[in-house]
Amino acid sequence: MRQVACGATVGWKTGGMTHAATFFDEMLSGAEGARDPYKVYYDWFENEDLKRLRRKSVDAETFFRKIGITFNVYGQEEADERLIPFDIVPRIIAAREWAKLERGIEQRVRAINAFLYDIYHGQEILRAGRIPRTLISGNEAFCPEMIGVNPPGGVYTHICGVDLVRTGEDDFYVLEDNVRTPSGVSYMLENRETMLQMFPELFTQLKVRPVSSYPQTLRRSLSASAPGSSPNAAPVIAVLTPGIHNSAYFEHAFLADQMGAELVESHDLQIVDGRVAMRTTQGYQTIDVLYRRVDDDYLDPLTFNPDSLLGVPGIMDVYRAGNITIANAPGTGIADDKALYSYLPDIIEFYTGEQAILKNVPTWRCSEPDALSYVLSNLKDLVVKEVHGSGGYGMLVGPAASKKEIAAFEAKLRAKPANYIAQPTLSLSTVPILSKSGLAPRHVDLRPFVLVSPNKVEITPGGLTRVALKKGSLVVNSSQGGGTKDTWVLGD
Amino acid sequence: MGDDMKLTITHKTTYDYDTPVHYALQKLRLIPRTGHGQTVLNWQTEINGGEKQVTFDDQFVNHTELVKVTPGTTRIEIISTGEVEVHNQNGVIGQHNGYAPLWLFEEATAMTAAGNQIRHLASLVRQETADLDDVARLHHLSKAILSRVTYETGQTDSTTTAEMALSAGHGVCQDHSHIMIAAARVLGYPARYISGYLFMDGYDQQDATHAWAEIWITGLGWVGFDVSNGISPDGRYVRVATGRDYSDAAPILGIRQGVGAENLHVSLQVQQ
Repeated sequence: MRQVACGATVGWKTGGMTHAATFFDEMLSGAEGARDPYKVYYDWFENEDLKRLRRKSVDAETFFRKIGITFNVYGQEEADERLIPFDIVPRIIAAREWAKLERGIEQRVRAINAFLYDIYHGQEILRAGRIPRTLISGNEAFCPEMIGVNPPGGVYTHICGVDLVRTGEDDFYVLEDNVRTPSGVSYMLENRETMLQMFPELFTQLKVRPVSSYPQTLRRSLSASAPGSSPNAAPVIAVLTPGIHNSAYFEHAFLADQMGAELVESHDLQIVDGRVAMRTTQGYQTIDVLYRRVDDDYLDPLTFNPDSLLGVPGIMDVYRAGNITIANAPGTGIADDKALYSYLPDIIEFYTGEQAILKNVPTWRCSEPDALSYVLSNLKDLVVKEVHGSGGYGMLVGPAASKKEIAAFEAKLRAKPANYIAQPTLSLSTVPILSKSGLAPRHVDLRPFVLVSPNKVEITPGGLTRVALKKGSLVVNSSQGGGTKDTWVLGD
Repeated sequence: MGDDMKLTITHKTTYDYDTPVHYALQKLRLIPRTGHGQTVLNWQTEINGGEKQVTFDDQFVNHTELVKVTPGTTRIEIISTGEVEVHNQNGVIGQHNGYAPLWLFEEATAMTAAGNQIRHLASLVRQETADLDDVARLHHLSKAILSRVTYETGQTDSTTTAEMALSAGHGVCQDHSHIMIAAARVLGYPARYISGYLFMDGYDQQDATHAWAEIWITGLGWVGFDVSNGISPDGRYVRVATGRDYSDAAPILGIRQGVGAENLHVSLQVQQ
């Protein structure tokens, strides 16, 4: 929540190999030209004037500035408001490819919700010995205050952002399951809006599945998870923001506006008649669903951090009494913890009886002595991440690190091995961006947005494609200079 | 002492505020449960100057109430009254209830984190009790704590940690319980905090609730240890709330917006 696009950072592949030999280019296949999903677009592009396109690219930036999508870069105080660069070449996904991703994501998200229910109730998965107890018991993301809570409709992760990367034609990997308060959806919507304005002709030539209904779907999905006991005729939804200084404030305001929900801050809320209510000009209005963009720790000073000024004192009590829905539920972080990540295939099997459809990136858990010794002897080839870190901070990208950096990291790793996991550097796929000299391949990842309600899992076709704008870079985080692209899922 | 008892309890807590309250909440864990050797015959909470908002069982299955102080008021009174029949089980409470896993009670909390003093005490007790069974070892620990930390009011407060109290050498039942819990956890036992009432013959008027520890012993389940009185709870003890430490089981926990001081007064009668 601290940043717009938190999380996914993979390695950095160097070594002087030619680009085409190493990476999967989603648009162009060496021998055959444009791949199937890109054929129409590529023909169009070939007939376009490069100068005109570059002008469009500048227009897009102006458009973004006008609507005010800004983003605070952590560690760069002087650059308080900065634009995330937008690239006008879309990323295109075929219907068949998307169908498989959709099945895989739904399976994963259902398993995560079953896991969260279990871990805060009978803990059958621990009794069955499928995941080690120490993974939960020593974990700060486990929230004892959630033990025995039954969230309305049984939903824990109303909104998820599953980070995917691709390494080949049919090779997609899940990098992270962001099930706390994933951000970035406003970029998905604005990117599409921009593309529709700039290139309407493309949307008549190609059947691109729309994303614009996301706010309405979000509203419907949250309403379906409202507590049954509400005095309101229709569920009232509010978005709780830490305030204007938060890096994702724009998104909070944007989503509230698009959903037709109130944007509220701590000081707008009180407990009234056993429910959370917001101050309005007509007195206090009961809230049924609070889409909170405030971290667990700050959510309720009576229950969690007593010094928090961003939360709602007593909301956990109202929640436990069944009088409000908190989206996402507190304590969901235990499911997207990086140490737990490597057990996701087991978790999926345990709760669904099925094999995981989407692959996990192979992960070494440094808490295990064998894994640790492997990692220590291969640091220069691996990506090492902090178990609780996010946003690409506090990690080592072996191939890109200097000897000195590796040595410093090794000391940290030896001191607290359980704090780290390691993964191989993946050969991330590329999609071209519009560079000065025309199309130039750059690495990408994908964050589809998933909405969970009591009866269904809905995935907006596409999501946020993040692109590493620097040549050769695999770091797509917006906090580290990444950009975004519109993502097109083609209809059948 | 070995008999069953029927106890009548009147517990009145008063907060006086310097300035009228703008917005304040009080979370109450004041309602005893039937079970584990006690039967609640009747119980009620009366609130003057506040309004009950919600009632629920928390993560440790404590009956909990959230109360909002009436805006503009300068005093709230919370009066719990009821009768409880207690069966003397010689401190053996037995089976574990609820979803909170036992391992949760093996983990240190902020108030029960072991520092050098606690670790030293635990290792000493480990050596001294190598030949003893669990119950005897834990009674030994309880005595060791009482001999190092004399019962003295006014020296510690509700934020004092186990380590601080052991270093200071004095404290109240809350501190004794925290040290017992912290040391028992170092020795590998799940341990929890109990807040409740104690009948004291000849002391009709009390000015504070009582607290003790329960330790999980394989084969017996939860077993109570009242360090301050050097015994295991019997028919005079009414269990009210439980948790990993005081902050989980506190009878009253509040939050208040605005300035001004508050004055707390407790009047408690536990009668036969």
